[in-house]
Amino acid sequence: MSQVTMTVNGKEMSGDAEGRTLLSQFLRETLGLTGTHVGCDTSQCGACVVHVDGVAVKSCTMLAMEAEGASVDTIEGQAAQDGTLNALQQAFQDHHGLQCGFCTPGMIMSAADLLKSNPNPTEAEVRHHLEGNICRCTGYHNIVKAIMAASGQDVSSIAAE
Amino acid sequence: MPKDSGIGASPKRREDVRFLSGTGNYTDDIQVTGQAYVHFLRSDVAHAKINGLNLDAASAMPGVVKIFTGADFEGVGGIPCGWQVTDRHGEPMQEPAHPVLAQGKVRYVGDQIAAVVAETLEQARDAAEAIEVDLEELPAVVDMKAALAEGATKVHDDLTSNLCYDWGFVEENKPAVDAAFEAAAHVTTLELRNNRLVANPMEPRVAIGDFNRATGESTLYTTSQNPHVIRLLMGAFVLGIPEHKLRVVAPDVGGGFGTKIFHYAEEAFCTFAAKALNRPVKWTSTRSEAFISDAHGRDHVTKIELALDADNNFTALRTDTYANMGAYLSTFAPSVPTWLHGTLMAGNYKTPLIYVNVKAVFTNTVPVDAYRGAGRPEATYQLERVIDKAARELGVDPIALRRQNFITEFPYATPVAVEYDTGDYHGTMDALEKMADLSGFEARRKESEARGKLRGFGVNCYIEACGIAPSNLVGQLGARAGLYESATVRVNATGGIVVMTGSHSHGQGHETSFPQVIAEMIGIDESMVEIEHGDTANTPMGMGTYGSRSIAVGGSAMVRATEKIIAKAKKIAAHLMEAAEADIELKDGAFSVAGTDKSVAWGDVTLAAYVPHNYPLEDIEPGLEETAFYDPANFTYPSGAYACEVEVDPDTGKVTIEAFNAADDFGNIINPMIVDGQVHGGIGQGIGQALLENAAYDENGQLLSASYMDYAMPRASDVPFYGVDHSSQTPCTHNPLGVKGCGEAGAIGSPPAVVNAVVDALRSGGHDIHHIDMPVSPSRVWQAMNG
Ligand code: FES
Ligand code: FES
Repeated sequence: MSQVTMTVNGKEMSGDAEGRTLLSQFLRETLGLTGTHVGCDTSQCGACVVHVDGVAVKSCTMLAMEAEGASVDTIEGQAAQDGTLNALQQAFQDHHGLQCGFCTPGMIMSAADLLKSNPNPTEAEVRHHLEGNICRCTGYHNIVKAIMAASGQDVSSIAAE
Repeated sequence: MPKDSGIGASPKRREDVRFLSGTGNYTDDIQVTGQAYVHFLRSDVAHAKINGLNLDAASAMPGVVKIFTGADFEGVGGIPCGWQVTDRHGEPMQEPAHPVLAQGKVRYVGDQIAAVVAETLEQARDAAEAIEVDLEELPAVVDMKAALAEGATKVHDDLTSNLCYDWGFVEENKPAVDAAFEAAAHVTTLELRNNRLVANPMEPRVAIGDFNRATGESTLYTTSQNPHVIRLLMGAFVLGIPEHKLRVVAPDVGGGFGTKIFHYAEEAFCTFAAKALNRPVKWTSTRSEAFISDAHGRDHVTKIELALDADNNFTALRTDTYANMGAYLSTFAPSVPTWLHGTLMAGNYKTPLIYVNVKAVFTNTVPVDAYRGAGRPEATYQLERVIDKAARELGVDPIALRRQNFITEFPYATPVAVEYDTGDYHGTMDALEKMADLSGFEARRKESEARGKLRGFGVNCYIEACGIAPSNLVGQLGARAGLYESATVRVNATGGIVVMTGSHSHGQGHETSFPQVIAEMIGIDESMVEIEHGDTANTPMGMGTYGSRSIAVGGSAMVRATEKIIAKAKKIAAHLMEAAEADIELKDGAFSVAGTDKSVAWGDVTLAAYVPHNYPLEDIEPGLEETAFYDPANFTYPSGAYACEVEVDPDTGKVTIEAFNAADDFGNIINPMIVDGQVHGGIGQGIGQALLENAAYDENGQLLSASYMDYAMPRASDVPFYGVDHSSQTPCTHNPLGVKGCGEAGAIGSPPAVVNAVVDALRSGGHDIHHIDMPVSPSRVWQAMNG
């Protein structure tokens, strides 16, 4: 065990980690930030996506120790202090982009990453970007729609919500 | 003008706020003070005798609290099966014992041999590796037909064979059905497989057992669609804990799709071990573990025959199915290929004579049980595939052939024991043809051909039986539980309402849609209504959420309880306004006296109920809280017509879904946005089954697709935007909301549409093929074209 310190959602936090402790596990169990989810053990579902130094990372593929000193952003830090959802979160609610909510934190963090580099993605670009995020509930329809809407595009012509 | 509140409106989901901000409360998010962790040592062979277990080295490993084996569970009940099927000869099915931890033998890859409880999960895993297991491998039984062959190795030594049951339905009809085939002008035959699937809710299963010595009460936190059912099965049949000493909590649950209905050994283990060790015990499944321990779905091998007369009317239908049960009987497994499948074989058609035979078979594979649709997708797939094949053999239009045989008069009693109350099959087909721009298809096909691609159009109709179900009926059919739902409506002094329901939301949005109903009934704002579910300690008895039953059964219970509330509130209002009770009307949240301008607000009446200073105490009690149990009179029968348009690349065999349209009749709709979402999700899963997913075993019983590297889950780029329409609405006649349920439709209606479209595409390219088994992968398509 050794101490790991990182800045999480703007706040410095530290805790003990073993050499094999994954960042996802550290966030959930040591820091109590359970918004980051774990849906697989082969790095494929994307439920665990967070941003490390501004880059989207599957937190199950990174050791907690590798994040020493890094700046980590998780789903818990996305809304404003008073709880107001950010534009992307709001678009997911407006367009019913979630059902059980389990994939949602990863979807939001992954989509935020896309919109940063591509503020006006096409449908195909959104779908391609979500290659590493599995959702079992929504059939992706409303997720894709929500992300396009969050980018300011008019999605009203896309079939029913 | 769409409504903005009440029934038929689409308010934004209130549960989304916590899910979107990372503050949901899923079972794995719960840490109980002092909890230990369990890791299950699972069999890596499909069939073996356990000759010995040496725990010495493992027990001495750091952090180990205790290692449990089957021996610790002698005298403890096994995992029960909740449904008994009676076979063609009137005999009960063969029902093997299902121990919590293996006793003497392991029967599938994933079967639990031992359970290591340790201070940390890592320590439990490390110690499990140090357990010495002496396994004597036995031949594995994997293929169903081989399992039934003379002399086949038996999965359970104490059963007479690997046949669980041989079911005939309706047995008395068989001679007449056979005679109709003799007399038929045309018979179409099709053999197919409904591929084995893994439900894969994104949240893996979790169980935490806790025991309070002071009160003698056990608590189980679990990822369940039906906490009361778990309390019933585990309490009464496995651990012998009376219901008042057992609390089951299913908090936010990350998807279920059927596989979280069942009572699993891990739940019983954690509850048992927490008491034995006097400390909380937590288990969190990994995804790899989920593949070999969550009950699988489907896995039917079927031969179906359709008889037609010279005018192309369906005259008889005969089907023969082998249904895989896996190594043990999961909670509702026996009902899936029988009552949830045979009763649906009439589909949307007036076929007068039907006979269904199902042989359920034990194999050395993971237990198989209900997965989204459960039996109804298997019925729909074979029926709609054989109709399509018949149309092509006869050279008639597949839609015209369906329309010609549609049931058009309701109620309609099928030859397979159910009575459809309402439906409008031409109506949904009309809506579909418009939405799918059928008339433009030939132009689109030409355009594809110009690019060297084959384009196909496939249509499918479905009927499902939802709102499961009348208890007296399912009791006769072998269910070992009632299938009502209950609700308690608690009105507070200030008029706010809490509804405690036995229904459970794991993505369906009850917290939003249920308040819409109450708001509409009373005329108050939805924000005044809160829904509580998922905890047996503060909700009345319930049967949970599956079979698209939440709104039809759970919603109806809530309506009944609310009706009682309104009746009592009217008495109070009558007293307050010194009027006759019969003259009291409730509208827009106020009670008024008919024909006068007297009125009292909802909040005045609720306050009077709790501050009964001016109150008819001699007639009614203070307080405003009511409970209702609702037991449905019949199933509900949603129906619909789906169309899929595909493009096939003849060079690679790759199928692309170009368009997918769904026209459903769900009766009345509470929240169209949520209903659309349910259909989208079902279609996504159906396309997954049709094109991608397959739980494949090798001949030794090893699951080949046991992770997301090998099991192809549908991704965003595998599916298009879907067209969804539910303008065709024939309300259910026997529940108070006129609702039918929408949760499974998409998964039932879509696989046949996809396969029909692929076959159509290949035939348009001159390939004389009639069928490709799912998943319709590039290699299968390529082989069909070039084989
Ligand atoms: S948990 Fe990280 S990708 Fe699945
Ligand atoms: S909303 Fe349930 S997995 Fe995406």
